[in-house]
Amino acid sequence: MKRAINVALVGNPNAGKTSVFNLLTGMNQKVGNFPGVTMDKVSGHYSFQGESTMVLDLPGTYSIYPRSMDERVVFDFLSDENAHDYPDKIIAVADASNLERNLLLFSQILDLGQPTILALTMLDMANKQGINIDITALEKEFNTKVVTINGRNGDGLEELKEAILESREVEYTALYDVRELSPEIIPVIKEKFDLKNDYIAYQYAQQTYSKSFLSNDDMQFIADAKVKYNFCDRQFQTTETVERYKIIRQKLSEIVTRSQPGEIKTRTSKLDKILTHKIYGYLIFMAVLLLMFQSIFEWANPFMDWIDLGFAQLSAFARSILPSGVLTNLIAEGIIPGLGGVVIFIPQIALLFCFISILEESGYMSRVVFLTDKIMRKFGLNGKSIVPLISGVACAIPAIMATRNIESWKDRIITIFVTPFMSCSARLPVYAILISLVIPDTRVLGIFNLQGLTLMFLYLLGFFGAIFSALILQKILKVKERSYFIMELPVYRWPKWKNVWITIFSKSRTFVLEAGKIILAISIVLWVLASYGPGDRFDQASTAVQNTYPTLDTTSVEFENALSAYKLENSYAGILGKSIEPVIRPLGYDWKIGIALITSFAAREVFVGTIATIYSVGDEENESTIKDKLKAEINPETGLPMYTFALGLSLMIFYAFAMQCMSTLAVVYRETKSIKWPILQLIYMSGLAYICALIAYQVFK
Amino acid sequence: MIKSAADLKPGQRGMVKDFTDEYISLKLLEMGVLPGTEIEMKFAAPLGDPICVDVSGYALSLRLEEARTIILS
Repeated sequence: MKRAINVALVGNPNAGKTSVFNLLTGMNQKVGNFPGVTMDKVSGHYSFQGESTMVLDLPGTYSIYPRSMDERVVFDFLSDENAHDYPDKIIAVADASNLERNLLLFSQILDLGQPTILALTMLDMANKQGINIDITALEKEFNTKVVTINGRNGDGLEELKEAILESREVEYTALYDVRELSPEIIPVIKEKFDLKNDYIAYQYAQQTYSKSFLSNDDMQFIADAKVKYNFCDRQFQTTETVERYKIIRQKLSEIVTRSQPGEIKTRTSKLDKILTHKIYGYLIFMAVLLLMFQSIFEWANPFMDWIDLGFAQLSAFARSILPSGVLTNLIAEGIIPGLGGVVIFIPQIALLFCFISILEESGYMSRVVFLTDKIMRKFGLNGKSIVPLISGVACAIPAIMATRNIESWKDRIITIFVTPFMSCSARLPVYAILISLVIPDTRVLGIFNLQGLTLMFLYLLGFFGAIFSALILQKILKVKERSYFIMELPVYRWPKWKNVWITIFSKSRTFVLEAGKIILAISIVLWVLASYGPGDRFDQASTAVQNTYPTLDTTSVEFENALSAYKLENSYAGILGKSIEPVIRPLGYDWKIGIALITSFAAREVFVGTIATIYSVGDEENESTIKDKLKAEINPETGLPMYTFALGLSLMIFYAFAMQCMSTLAVVYRETKSIKWPILQLIYMSGLAYICALIAYQVFK
Repeated sequence: MIKSAADLKPGQRGMVKDFTDEYISLKLLEMGVLPGTEIEMKFAAPLGDPICVDVSGYALSLRLEEARTIILS
């Protein structure tokens, strides 16, 4: 088979790189990993005129010099000629309405010496702004193929695909001669690593430590040479950038002509007057938030109910067609509900990413970041942390996935770390039952419902937990990376729906594949723990229940309930629950709550179902039945009701802070590519939960 | 008194002369904030920080702390 052509896409953020990528590859995209770095490698493929082409979408960057973790990937990838997917061609995407700045990166890419196509986007927008570009002159001046492409309707796509196939052997001459900067070191590095041109050799010296493929000896060799020949990284970078801009400006002076300024700029200015206004700015932001929450909670609900029902029916169906036995139980009670637990999040994730993608595409997200940066900065966060924190109220999983566009590694880690404190929708059923149990349904000051106030208190508790932890983390995290906030505010434009769809699709798929396998595995383990017990206790279950309740009819619902409660008590999960009793006793919990804590370790909402089973309530859906059962529960030591205010409060605080969501831990692992962060998060959050619940119980007891 | 980009009022313009912080300046240079370039202060965020300036035809937002490193002539 013929080898596929490898193409890499580079360009400034907001230059339309993703649109070009989506136009080329459509839905044929997959996410992999770059070796050695915590970055996703998004690639796709297409066939054109019988040739198969692999396209790699590199992170958006303003220059070849990395300023954030993900930007490191760009030069690392473009300079490793031995990599199996080293690009045959590079497509540099540039925004025609802002050509000068976009050409800085292009000029650096061009000097790497690999055949490069310049893909000009947003030419229509440039024309409307009164910017006219002589494409033929541009091709000639920069000695490269130029293709204009319209990200909205796909005009120019054919031409781009043809240009990728076309072999164009052009005489390579560097736009900017780096030998002027450091004449001695370049030949040394070039010879040592057998490099094809000066600029790559120069970049080896500039970016020695961000290259994943150099051995320690190689790095030492370069470091020594840098000292020997007095190589000044930053000074050379400054000179290079200034000189490149000079060359670009001089070349563009003949190519770009300006007529009267157009309407797009004025439209953006007018919108900014309202959207970043002192009062309206925040009001509109609040309205957008409200709409997002409303839709995530309301619109996703019917879909989530269908999924819930669908998986319940699937379980029943599997049970009805498969021969009864252990395997069937595993499928019907372990695997299918486990899968359901993954799929049920999809409506919320899809809706959330739909909103985020529209806000990003339209340019509004940059304004939200701009509006909130000063507030977030106080807590060691960044304007860009606001989106994950808000999303966390629905579900921490998509929220953590939304931290990707935070450039600063430190800010991103802090955001990931504190986002699970936000009260997600899975905590709501737990809060609801506990509040109705221990908080009286009375009014405070005549208008406020005490139960409602308690719920609000719990949400605030989560929010302050997040902020407080961010403050602590900011103090203890030692990072060399300096954080800054220099960000382009793109012009407002209508979202491209194709990009929105592809975002929704790919994010949902990533979630199902990555978080899904871990949730599924844990569900199966928990099922085994709850369904099996040591010795012959399970075989004797029926007899034991009959002995305890001699009056019950063995075919009655009550008997079934008592039997399942007995089984859970004697399962491994039950034994674990009992064994942790000494630890949770100071918090006011008994072994029954211990079992619920263990089963809800994978997902908080399981608490309600487990409690229902333990107190042998038949109908899990009926909250008032559970409530009555819990109310009737007597503490054997005191002879008073078990569920007191102190216990209820202690449990609520525990659920507000404890890290009881395997899916979140899985996604934190995925996003940080390190086991350290999810473990720290688990210890810190659960430790904080334990201490706070302990204080609450001991004070109010 | 030396004037920096942080001293501009909305609508005011200034010519970039120099930078006081080498690390920040590298990022600014890449973004097209070069000595000799004219910048125009557009507006500030409601809390006064960050600010938005117009640089060679596009809107750039930055914190006051970073704007202070841009010396104007």
